[in-house]
Amino acid sequence: MPVSVTSSRLIYDALKGVGVRIISALPETWLVHLIRMAEDDPEMTLVRLAKEEEGVGISTGAHLAGVKSALLMQNHGFLASVNGIVSCAQLYRIPLLMLISARGEFGERDPWQTEGGMVTAHVLDALRIPHERLDAGDHVARRIAKAQTLANSASRPVALMLGRDLMWEDA
Amino acid sequence: MKRVDALQAVYGELAVEGRVVVTIMGAVAAELQAIGHRANFFYLQHAMGLASSLGLGIALTRPELKVIVFDGDGSLLMNLGGLTTLARYRPRNLIHVVFDNESLLSVGGFPTATSTGSELAAMAKGAGIPRTGVVRTLEEFTTAFGEALEANDLTTLVAKVEAVGPAAFVTDLSLLENRYQFQRHLQNLKHGT
Repeated sequence: MPVSVTSSRLIYDALKGVGVRIISALPETWLVHLIRMAEDDPEMTLVRLAKEEEGVGISTGAHLAGVKSALLMQNHGFLASVNGIVSCAQLYRIPLLMLISARGEFGERDPWQTEGGMVTAHVLDALRIPHERLDAGDHVARRIAKAQTLANSASRPVALMLGRDLMWEDA
Repeated sequence: MKRVDALQAVYGELAVEGRVVVTIMGAVAAELQAIGHRANFFYLQHAMGLASSLGLGIALTRPELKVIVFDGDGSLLMNLGGLTTLARYRPRNLIHVVFDNESLLSVGGFPTATSTGSELAAMAKGAGIPRTGVVRTLEEFTTAFGEALEANDLTTLVAKVEAVGPAAFVTDLSLLENRYQFQRHLQNLKHGT
């Protein structure tokens, strides 16, 4: 599978490094290694979701309980979670760390991913969710740490977009 | 059975140290606050459907706590998939009570699908929740709630209640005040202070 194990490991180790101990995820191709790493790690709780919006509730509960979390999903899962993000995480000022695979951008071969690819960043902007991209291994750890710092200091959701150049090896 | 009477009947159990309560918005939140707000109560005043997911997040990360979620038919119908997630991780410290008044009371009483035969307890059982049940009287509710506390296993208890609620849904407890007080309470429990 051409999903990058090396990049997935960098992301996973960075999440561990900022103290994340519970990850909610809905599987998608680009996330398979990350999800497996969480599953194989006895220090991590992995929650496999039926729908991404549940993860907003789980992360909110975890935060109130004092445990750092992350939510892994595709951009279409983010789009499906908007009310939860607005009416739970933003309304209650929850530092929600979202890692969103940016499907439907340059290089995308799946026609069904393309509409979501064109709107995701605009929706993040409309929601005033600070977001940055992860496109190369050398900035992964630093940007994840900075995203977590801002989520905590602002007490609001933040997003990191996982780009094709990082996640897919034969891009 | 009236929901407010059911809440009143088990209120003493909710006050026990180490138990935390998560409710949905609307009548449940307003009625529980009218009976008496406590630092271990969190009212999710929007995001319909996510109260059970929020309870799951607490239950999985703080296994020493007992988490009680007061859900409703309208909210649960918005997150039926969440039942499968609850069942999959089977937190033994979570009790999921669903007050089923067969309507969306707070927006004018429009009937939900439980009024036309959809059975939430059967859905919970089908999702894999190990303990499920339906109760229709206050006595049945109080007994079943007590059994759920004793059982030490994931329970979804559907309580059929009348479609009546409080005169007003907005209370004087601010959302963020509730949120920070609840978080602080969970933090203090962790440190045993």
